[in-house]
Amino acid sequence: MAGYLLRRVLHMIPLLLGITFLAFLIIDLAPGDYFSTLKMNPSISPEVIHQMEVQFGYGDPLLLRYAKWLWRALHLDLGVSVAYRVRVIDLIAARAGNTVILALASMLVTWTLAIPIGILVALRPNSISDRVLSFLAFFGMSLPSFFLAFLMMFAALRTGWFPIGGTFSVSYDSLTLSGKIADRLYHLWLPMIVLGIGGMASLMRLMRANILEIKEADFVRTARAKGLSEGVVVVKHILRNALNPFVTLAGYELGNLLGGAALVEAVMNLQGLGTLMLDAVRSLDVYLVMGSVLMGSILLLVGNLLADVTLTLVDPRIDFTRLEAGR
Amino acid sequence: MNRARGPGVIVVASAVTLVLFYLMAVAAPVVAPYDFAEQNRAFPNCPPSSLHVNPPQRWGEAIFYTHPLVLADPLTRRFDEQRDVRVPIHMLYRWHLFTTSPDTPKVFVLGTDNLGRDLFSRIVYGSRVSLSIGVVGVAISFTIGTLVGSFAGYVGGWVDNIIMRIVEIEMSLPSFYFLLALAAVIPANLSSATTFFLIVVLMSFISWAGFARIIRGMVASLREYEYVVAARGLGASRWRILTRHIIPGTFSYTIIAATLSIPSFILGESALSLLGLGIQEPSASWGNLLAEAQNVQNLVKYPWILTPGVFIFLTVMAFNFLGDYLRDRLDPRAAAR
Repeated sequence: MAGYLLRRVLHMIPLLLGITFLAFLIIDLAPGDYFSTLKMNPSISPEVIHQMEVQFGYGDPLLLRYAKWLWRALHLDLGVSVAYRVRVIDLIAARAGNTVILALASMLVTWTLAIPIGILVALRPNSISDRVLSFLAFFGMSLPSFFLAFLMMFAALRTGWFPIGGTFSVSYDSLTLSGKIADRLYHLWLPMIVLGIGGMASLMRLMRANILEIKEADFVRTARAKGLSEGVVVVKHILRNALNPFVTLAGYELGNLLGGAALVEAVMNLQGLGTLMLDAVRSLDVYLVMGSVLMGSILLLVGNLLADVTLTLVDPRIDFTRLEAGR
Repeated sequence: MNRARGPGVIVVASAVTLVLFYLMAVAAPVVAPYDFAEQNRAFPNCPPSSLHVNPPQRWGEAIFYTHPLVLADPLTRRFDEQRDVRVPIHMLYRWHLFTTSPDTPKVFVLGTDNLGRDLFSRIVYGSRVSLSIGVVGVAISFTIGTLVGSFAGYVGGWVDNIIMRIVEIEMSLPSFYFLLALAAVIPANLSSATTFFLIVVLMSFISWAGFARIIRGMVASLREYEYVVAARGLGASRWRILTRHIIPGTFSYTIIAATLSIPSFILGESALSLLGLGIQEPSASWGNLLAEAQNVQNLVKYPWILTPGVFIFLTVMAFNFLGDYLRDRLDPRAAAR
């Protein structure tokens, strides 16, 4: 197990190198750069700009700049954001937490709703409730997250029950700790539902398909033949096996949610990694872009790693060596 | 069970919706009552016009009519309806499906945006971008995916190994972040056709890898099939085996996956354009039409600016239903469900 984990972590290194270099290449292709916009600002003296250019290694060849960035990144120094004038690592630390909280919260919504519904529907396939819910699942799956976000914000403004976007209130800093938590939760509601509904449909359909398949398995018939009660058969034999693949899905979903969250964050004006990335891209803030990409990739890779590891934990039939050969 | 069942009402309705939408995109200048860039500065954020049916004896003139709207308060953008004036809406008139005569006030079926441009006309023209981006994007990314995947799967060995490592990097990219970074590279002063092309290429570049990996797996197993071994024994060239015997074996999967992938391209373009990184004004796409809704005040005062989202939703849903139906029909493994 330990050897497998170590190899998987080592495997992430070339991936991260490839990803960050690609990101560096792309941002270098962008026409103009942050300094050309700075130079147009008359309130900043040319000396200051020149000093910053030297500091950020402006003018060096691409590979050298990447090597410099990489070297400093290895020392946990991701550079300074040109636009915010703050260390990138501080900015990311402040924002990544919000994004992860949002992703986890929306996963909670998805799971607590989709799995029970999937089970109920699968126990009575092709009934009216199955058809209606399956149709609604398609409905939810097809609703673009940004559109749902607009609709929710519309509802929020009309009813006044929810805050309209934002991660916390203006008065956040003056609140007590419990007040801060309550304020966060109050602001988390809407984006959590928006993101959660998007993932619900596919999860529910998967649950339904899984249960339908396992319902026909031989061991289920054996369990019934032994005279076990229907409740025990459903919970202990069918559900346990049907839930297995979902443990894996959780990890992969976390990775996917980061991308989805970025869009919802932008539309609902939340303070997250996605909005940070969007701002950075718009102002060509190289180090901030690189930092956000690095953070996003790490979250994605760790999510996938967690997925594979939990899979081996819940399903003893899978052994590590085979898992590696398959990848 | 599912195999015996014909396409249900929903699947037929989805297909009809898509056919109508694509016809609308092709015949945009005819379907749209006005030009997409035509500004009516006297009608900023005008609500949808009301439609009324004429009594049958007046059908010779026009079947439908509307009451003109007049800007009563420019500050709050309140419009008043002139109940005593009837504006006839002519059908099949001056090469338009429906429009108004140039000397009468205009009819805004879905209202206008802040520059007084007819939203319905913009949606119709915008469908050209939004509907074609899915098809073109899928065509590009699936061609790359099939070529790379089948090459890797058929040749195997170290070539396969290298290609799969590249695919792995591609699949580990936080794709939306990269799409943002790539979209920022597009200069803003390009023509809308070039921007469109670049966006399709970027999205294809990001999404081919997952498909290539599946095709590679299918090809690696297909090449061991007896009919392929037989073809090899008969002395067929590698190219012929690959193109005539192996790649066709992946087509049913490709059709299903393509149908189900089109929505992600449509949504990707909409998201980029919504954030201002995609198709630029004055060109219309369903995504950039929604950009105005990002201001919550606009959303509540002029709720009709959300209608492009309804079009996106309907298209995506139609493709999902259609793809699901195709999967039931073409994929024998899914038939068990």
